[in-house]
Amino acid sequence: MKRTLIVNAQLVDPEAGRVTPGALLIAKGAIAQIFGEPAPVVDDAAVVDADGAFVAPGIVDIGVKIGEPGERHKESYGSAGLAAAAGGVTTIVTRPDTSPAIDTPEALEFVRRRANEAAPVNVLPMGALTKGRAGREMTEIGLMMDAGAVAFTDCDHVVTDTKVLSRAMTYARSLGALVMGHPQDPGLSRGAAASAGKFASLRGIPAVSPMAERMGLDRDIALVEMTGARYHADQITAARALPALRRAKKNGFDVTAGTSMHHLTLNEMDVADYRTFFKVKPPLRAEEDRMALIEAVREGLIDIIGSFHTPQDEESKRLPFEEAASGAVGLETMLPVLLRLYHAEDLDLPTLFRALSLNPSRRLGLDSGRMAEGAPADLVMFDPDAPFILDRFKLASKSKNTPFDGARLQGRVLKTFVTGREVYSYR
Amino acid sequence: MRFDHRHLLGIEPLRPDEITTLLDLADRYVDFNRRPDRHARALSGLTQINMFFENSTRTQASFEIAGKRLGADVMNMAMQASSIKKGETLIDTAMTLNAMHPDLLVVRHPHSGAVNLLAQKVNCAVLNAGDGRHEHPTQALLDALTIRRAKGRLHRLTIAICGDIAHSRVARSNLLLLHKMENRIRLIGPPTLMPSGIDAFGVEVFDDMREGLKGADVVMMLRLQRERMDGGFIPSEREYYHRYGLDSEKLGYAMDDAIVMHPGPMNRGVEIDGTLADDINRSVIQDQVEMGVAVRMAAMDLLARNLRSRPSEIIT
Repeated sequence: MKRTLIVNAQLVDPEAGRVTPGALLIAKGAIAQIFGEPAPVVDDAAVVDADGAFVAPGIVDIGVKIGEPGERHKESYGSAGLAAAAGGVTTIVTRPDTSPAIDTPEALEFVRRRANEAAPVNVLPMGALTKGRAGREMTEIGLMMDAGAVAFTDCDHVVTDTKVLSRAMTYARSLGALVMGHPQDPGLSRGAAASAGKFASLRGIPAVSPMAERMGLDRDIALVEMTGARYHADQITAARALPALRRAKKNGFDVTAGTSMHHLTLNEMDVADYRTFFKVKPPLRAEEDRMALIEAVREGLIDIIGSFHTPQDEESKRLPFEEAASGAVGLETMLPVLLRLYHAEDLDLPTLFRALSLNPSRRLGLDSGRMAEGAPADLVMFDPDAPFILDRFKLASKSKNTPFDGARLQGRVLKTFVTGREVYSYR
Repeated sequence: MRFDHRHLLGIEPLRPDEITTLLDLADRYVDFNRRPDRHARALSGLTQINMFFENSTRTQASFEIAGKRLGADVMNMAMQASSIKKGETLIDTAMTLNAMHPDLLVVRHPHSGAVNLLAQKVNCAVLNAGDGRHEHPTQALLDALTIRRAKGRLHRLTIAICGDIAHSRVARSNLLLLHKMENRIRLIGPPTLMPSGIDAFGVEVFDDMREGLKGADVVMMLRLQRERMDGGFIPSEREYYHRYGLDSEKLGYAMDDAIVMHPGPMNRGVEIDGTLADDINRSVIQDQVEMGVAVRMAAMDLLARNLRSRPSEIIT
């Protein structure tokens, strides 16, 4: 394959925590060499002039829902792959909450085959932790790992039976498997569609205290202490859960945590007049929670930011708020939306890409996420300043349920490379 | 006099002067309703559809009488028995009805925000007759009219709202209205029946009923739903009555001329003592029902005026 030289770029290095002007050479699907300014002339390399744009390690998005099998009209591997490429996401880590659930090695093989033939980006599947995500019997964790599962989770079906969960975690530990939990007390959060507080009360929406998340996290951390499992909390969204997370990390448990792009950029008030595109799970929180989450990402307490891409068709959203489906699409919008935090000077770019690319790669034992020689050439080139108004009907996803329709955003993905191959180019 | 609203979806969007306008008009309809000949033409030629996705006898009857007295063609649709059971979505139902060109749509729905959603999809005026635990604006307006007529004013009163605040749209709308009109509001009830974030509402909260009733000018009781009575939110009916049932002893803590209100239907012996409810010197519960018709006439009249003054969207 021909070599590619990207010149005139601002290289974002999340490991070193800096942005430097330079150039990089891609060969054999990897970053072969990184140069400072001015870039040297490299023979027989195709030159891509970044024209001052930023180049960062591609996003590794943990927790993406794709409608295969079962709901292909909402999202296919093809459409999700295109959306990911357009959003600078070079690796999709898929959720097993399909119908039926991805809970056997055979189902995983189906996912891998479909992903390979349809998606232009890397796809890594997660498997269900219990059969049918029913919380009763553990899945074939070992066989599924052999088939390529990178983590195990029942997604938003919290395993309520602690005996089942403790056994699954103990078993997972023996294989070194990563267990991803959804910290939420299912009793408290049953039937809730909003966060408890003045807004939910005024709107009359059944609500759950953010304390339910703290309780769920506390329980899961206790089980980590008991079983020694490797654990990742999918979404921490409440300020009150952060001290528990901090303690667990301080005690040296193998615990990491993620949060979602929506909880970092929106709050409960955005639901306004029952706008169901803003209904996500967990529900949007108060502004104080959002501020605390940003701080937690900045200091590294929260390791990972994900889109929690959840495609829903129009019918499941055009319902009264309580009845409407939860979730929002985010693969394509994540970077421009999160750049709001960069423009607001909440997070700098190396910190943002530490949470988007480096940390998720590390947690899954991948080599990507680094701006370093030898790392896979999974890269996103973007102009953080380019302004645009988001039109949901222009999204590549089959489902258009984004809360950012009509939003003024700043930051556009110009090109995306996956193992050195250009998979997206703006216009 | 201005009432610049297309729909009546809640108290939240109304300004104090608009509330006063509506109540002034309702006052005139109270007199009108007491006359022997009660036929007006304010809604003549207009079609009013009452769509109730949740059971209601009183509110539906009140809207029906209000519409008929103003000359509307009124139609009732019992939505529970209808297409919704066949899997039709709310929006499809709305679009179907919209195609029949109604002028006024009166809607009750078990989910908060459902009436707002429906209002976005139709060309006619929509009146919220109660959505989930969100709002029930005509109830708050009829309560306001009742208070104003009994007390001679609707400001600077101490008003106690007692019972299941958390699940009550009546409480929600009353709170908003009475707050806008600058009254002192007290909420009384067990903490399990208080909404979250209540501290931020600018009200005083009491779990001791006697304490909360001290000096109250108005005592507004709420209905306790059957399904909340057994162990879930309160231990039992009799414990609730013991602590939060209004009887003459507890009412003794309120002002001597305090009035007693209840949106109905009452659970005698659960939230209110039967004798007290019937005491014509204290209870204005029957007045509330009467005011209900007048307030609904006023609301539909005002919305219809806006409808008529707007150029037709179909025929030009």
